Amino acid sequence: MTRFSVRTIPAPAMRDEPRYDLTTRLGALELPNPVLTASGCAAAGRELDQFFDVSALGAVVTKSILLDPRSGRPTPRMAETASGMLNSIGLQGPGIDAFLEHDLPWLHGKGARAVVSIAGGSVDEYAELAGRLRGAPGLSALEVNISCPNVADRGLVFACDPRAAASVISAVRARSAPDVPVLAKLSPDVTDIVAIARACVEAGADGLSMINTLLGMAIDTDTLRPHLGGVTGGLSGPAVKPVAVRCIWQVHAALPEVPIVGMGGVRTGLDALEMILAGASAVAVGTATFGDPSAPVRVLTELRHALVDRGLPTVADAVGYAHRPVAPP
Amino acid sequence: MNDGPVQVRGELLMLRKVGAYHHATLVAPGIAERTRPGQFVALAVGGPSSALSLRRAFSIYKVSPQGVYGGTVEIVFAVTGAGTAWLAAQHPHTALDVVGPLGRPFTLPRASASATLVGGGYGSAPLFGLAETLRGRGCRVDFVLGAAAQDRIFGALDARRIASTVAVTTDDGSLGTKGWVTDVLPDVMSRAGTEVVYACGPMAMLRAVSAVAAAHGVPAQCAVEESMACGIGVCMTCVLPVVGDDGVTRMVRSCVEGPVFLGDRVRWDDVGTVPPDTFGAPAANVATGASGATGATGATGGRR
Repeated sequence: MTRFSVRTIPAPAMRDEPRYDLTTRLGALELPNPVLTASGCAAAGRELDQFFDVSALGAVVTKSILLDPRSGRPTPRMAETASGMLNSIGLQGPGIDAFLEHDLPWLHGKGARAVVSIAGGSVDEYAELAGRLRGAPGLSALEVNISCPNVADRGLVFACDPRAAASVISAVRARSAPDVPVLAKLSPDVTDIVAIARACVEAGADGLSMINTLLGMAIDTDTLRPHLGGVTGGLSGPAVKPVAVRCIWQVHAALPEVPIVGMGGVRTGLDALEMILAGASAVAVGTATFGDPSAPVRVLTELRHALVDRGLPTVADAVGYAHRPVAPP
Repeated sequence: MNDGPVQVRGELLMLRKVGAYHHATLVAPGIAERTRPGQFVALAVGGPSSALSLRRAFSIYKVSPQGVYGGTVEIVFAVTGAGTAWLAAQHPHTALDVVGPLGRPFTLPRASASATLVGGGYGSAPLFGLAETLRGRGCRVDFVLGAAAQDRIFGALDARRIASTVAVTTDDGSLGTKGWVTDVLPDVMSRAGTEVVYACGPMAMLRAVSAVAAAHGVPAQCAVEESMACGIGVCMTCVLPVVGDDGVTRMVRSCVEGPVFLGDRVRWDDVGTVPPDTFGAPAANVATGASGATGATGATGGRR
């Protein structure tokens, strides 16, 4: 049959692609590539796996898990904004028991690397979550969400205060297996993100994820009332990318040895490259997934081409490259 | 075999104005073949460098698996915001990124049941494919179509072709009976011996239709129109309070657990809130969003 002869034709070389190495490290964890899902934008991977193999990503970062089931905030929970969106989900989720029973085993069975995001209302809750997850098969790293803006009391956003942030991180670090990296997820809504980052690292964080959404608000000009049921929400999408790049730049300049997972408005491979050049060792794709369910794998492919095109055969070569002094002419 | 949704690069084949609405035919290979009545598609809008980052969900009006151009999917929409305005301004052969089919379809009754289909505005769109399927099973089909005015009644001719009877209501009396669908629905149901009601339209209409069906002791299958960001179950924005088989209320995603729900399971009066007895509701934080109790933003795609 003709189909056989088609198969014997060698695939044409699409381009003269040099060798490249996309592996990257987050502390003790080595990932096959630097593209992750962003927490809260991929649930626990199952839905996206209908569109691409989630184990092809560097890791799946889960939606933040709490100790108990949570219903989340009232609707409307979403407002589209220029090049972005506001969300006010309020950490709706099944709780740690259901997560350990259904979601983490599924990710493990798929061969995906799971970075489990945890969130709580007190240091003890974070510590208990870390304890429950300790030794769970499939757990590659913990991302400690200390920066969700969708809580009733801004005073409860641990990432707005260096001491509060450090107390959560040290409690989680103490309860977690030593070989499982603990990443602190930081908020851009602070005066000095370097001070928060430093406090987290001194408390034992193996890496930093930045940025969470920015606190924002929209008012419906027809109803003349706040658009979101939760009144305020988190701003994400391409609109926030320059804020994320700035945060990564500042923290990498101050703490060059600390691995950073960059996120905030990544939609293309060049967006991902920009964060890596600023100092990120890995990049997470979030809101873009809502508009394009295959965005994470597309970004990975585009990033690979972008690195090769620029003569940067490894991710490590590119991390923080923009900080290097420009060679004199 | 994958019977879940697929993401395909399709294109706009045809776009025409129908009353106050737009009727678009999309070439979307692989989607038509697997679509069942009540499911929807989600389109990227605005082009690759658009400031509109979120998908727009549209219920599926018709599918043709074996068209001249490959499988086609037809949708009906109103211009309600920047995304739908962009779509309405496109020309044939515009490339469109289409994800579908999404959501749970209508459940079909036993053969030869009498089914009454109620559509509000262009919410009637998904009911015509359903009607054809029902007729194919030997079911009696009656239609009730309602809207604000004549130019917002969609598919009256389709309905007359398929159904035993068609009742039309408009708020302003410009077509059919002046009033709401629920003003005529009880009579239609009595005459047709209705055994199941199917409805799609604004939340307020679905609530009222569910009440009429319940009063007649028949089930109502309601396709809801909640505002969605992704359509595939990851964003958690399109939730509404629904009572499960175990009697427990949960905030469920209308994109993957719906859009079709049994009318007596949706807590219509509580849409836009998190009822205090909801699974996982905060103990002392009762419905802080009561100001949002006007609930759903209406049409699929939510004024976008």
